[in-house]
Amino acid sequence: MSRIEGVLNNLREQGRKALIPYITAGDPHPDQTVELMHTLVKAGADIIELGVPFSDPMADGPVIQLACERALKHGTSLRQVAGLVKTFREQDPDTPVVLMGYLNPMVAMGYEAFADIAADAGVDGILTVDLPPEEADEVAPLFAARKMDPIFLLAPTTTDERIRLISEHASGYVYYVSVKGVTGSAAIDVDEVARKVANVHSITRVPVGVGFGIRDAKTAAAVGKVSDGVIVGSVLVDTIARNQTDPAQLKQALTDLLQPMRKALDGLVS
Amino acid sequence: MSIKLTEEMLGQLPDARGHFGDYGGRFVSETLMDSLMTLEREYLRLKKDPEFQAAFDKDLAHYVGRPSPLYFAERLTRETGGAQIWLKREDLNHTGAHKVNNTIGQALLASFLGKKRIIAETGAGQHGVATATVCARLGLECHVFMGAEDVRRQSLNVYRMKLLGAQVHSVQSGTRTLKDAMNDAMRDWVANVDDTFYIIGTVAGPHPYPLLVRDFQSVIGRETREQSLKQAGKLPDALVACVGGGSNAIGMFYPFLTDESVQLYGVEAGGLGIETGQHAAPLAAGRPGVLHGNRTYLMEDENGQIAGTHSVSAGLDYPGVGPEHSWLKDIGRANYVSVTDEEALNAFRRLTRVEGIMPALETAHAVAYAIKLAAEMEPDQMVVINISGRGDKDIHTIAQLDGIEA
Ligand SMILES: Cc1ncc(COP(=O)(O)O)c(C=O)c1O
Repeated sequence: MSRIEGVLNNLREQGRKALIPYITAGDPHPDQTVELMHTLVKAGADIIELGVPFSDPMADGPVIQLACERALKHGTSLRQVAGLVKTFREQDPDTPVVLMGYLNPMVAMGYEAFADIAADAGVDGILTVDLPPEEADEVAPLFAARKMDPIFLLAPTTTDERIRLISEHASGYVYYVSVKGVTGSAAIDVDEVARKVANVHSITRVPVGVGFGIRDAKTAAAVGKVSDGVIVGSVLVDTIARNQTDPAQLKQALTDLLQPMRKALDGLVS
Repeated sequence: MSIKLTEEMLGQLPDARGHFGDYGGRFVSETLMDSLMTLEREYLRLKKDPEFQAAFDKDLAHYVGRPSPLYFAERLTRETGGAQIWLKREDLNHTGAHKVNNTIGQALLASFLGKKRIIAETGAGQHGVATATVCARLGLECHVFMGAEDVRRQSLNVYRMKLLGAQVHSVQSGTRTLKDAMNDAMRDWVANVDDTFYIIGTVAGPHPYPLLVRDFQSVIGRETREQSLKQAGKLPDALVACVGGGSNAIGMFYPFLTDESVQLYGVEAGGLGIETGQHAAPLAAGRPGVLHGNRTYLMEDENGQIAGTHSVSAGLDYPGVGPEHSWLKDIGRANYVSVTDEEALNAFRRLTRVEGIMPALETAHAVAYAIKLAAEMEPDQMVVINISGRGDKDIHTIAQLDGIEA
């Protein structure tokens, strides 16, 4: 069983929902990333999605585009991101880490070399935004062989046939993108999400995390109620942008954002 | 060495997943997958639909003004002193470049699919103008994404698009050129995927775009083949075309791929020189990677971050290239070369003075290489240059280089 499955199984047994924050590695500076990851865990994170910065983040809105630019200004590379996870693991052997990014940095490193480095660092899952399962036949087995979960996206436009196909390739969880749009865009329609996630649940047993549009305790609770976990991204990254110059204040601000979401999610315990 | 291509082999490319050998494919976020699969299905159906093809041919004849002439450049040939130089005059198309062949085709597709909102990316502005033009004609809402740097150097085309009723979005992210315009167009598409058709301007992007853009542009090569046989009594010995994303080049090359005697030359932007790193020549100096939905040769750093490019010509200033070109390079069927900004500018002046034909700066790259090539060939041989567009849009750039306020 992978570390992600372990955590999600435990939560399920307790009737609790996963809180999955996203930050971009290297933002605002690579020296701060590991500490920010620990901060997220202390504030209630169950799993961390760690963004690998890319020069052309086509599926991201301005907030995460700027985070990528800040991280790349300090030369944050895929190799370095793996190094950050390795450092994080020295103090935290339990919290699963999912790398989220685009395919090209992996291609440049070579799939096998990347899989080795990621596994050695203690990475648990890989979410590659521009890699649908149809193109993943080369790299997915390399992840599986190293007990890392390939995390795939589902979208409002995904047909039932594709939900079936994707969940056959997925392990850990599937990431349901709640809105048509880039990260940080439009407000979420909770009723619509509830309908869609119920449909996914009727097709697959793979847990469903929901991301895009979750900004506060209220939206987290509403979405947590109908899914297995919530993924919180742009609002955290925006907080990082606004507190770049003061590391202590930044940690406090992230904690203040995340803790109420944790409480709200745990208030749902059935 | 080069393998012999057959019609049968070509008929199987791209394969069902949109791959040309190791290249191409569909590397996009999940939100777009359903739309791309629908587009593929509908296109493959319409490709065989006589009604669709008739509508396309009719527009090419009566709206674009095809066939475009194949012109023997007698004086340039004499002065060069080698092979005969012929020009395929895509610059004479309505809107002044080859781009319109593709926008006509894709706008027809959009109509058949019932989409009312059109988006496009543009570099030099030629594709933006061609898209705005067909949208004006069909009464479609049109949004063009253009890098802020290109908005500056192609201001005439920006104004043309506005006159045609398009909304031009100046893109401020990244390097503010064509690749960033394409990023923002993709972002818009994800957000508006239900009612929006994305008219991609070159043979890049996810499957089925490289396929359908190539099909729409292949009219260039088909005409050239027929015209060569009729006017010169033989097939050309060499074809030369500039390569940005590669649509005018593939359109010219494709109908000749099985003609082994015809040498193919794609000319990339050498910028300040390949050795300086300041260029836009992924086939000459890049390596395979994934960008904008397909696997292809790219310009990138050692960590897989896309590299900034440089070219005097906005339409060639792109770090990637269509996947079919990557395949043609690897199998050795086409040769990919580059010329510098300076060589292209000289060729612009040369063609203007010697033939009275002012090429686009993109096209001038092909002209520069073809002149070098022809000089080394025999007088009974024949080189055809794809004159992909006219140079009016670049007069401002040339004037500035000449120190003239235009
Ligand atoms: C006249 C002209 N030629 C060539 C190009 C390059 O595009 P492609 O390589 O797709 O033909 C452009 C692009 O803007 C153009 O305007």
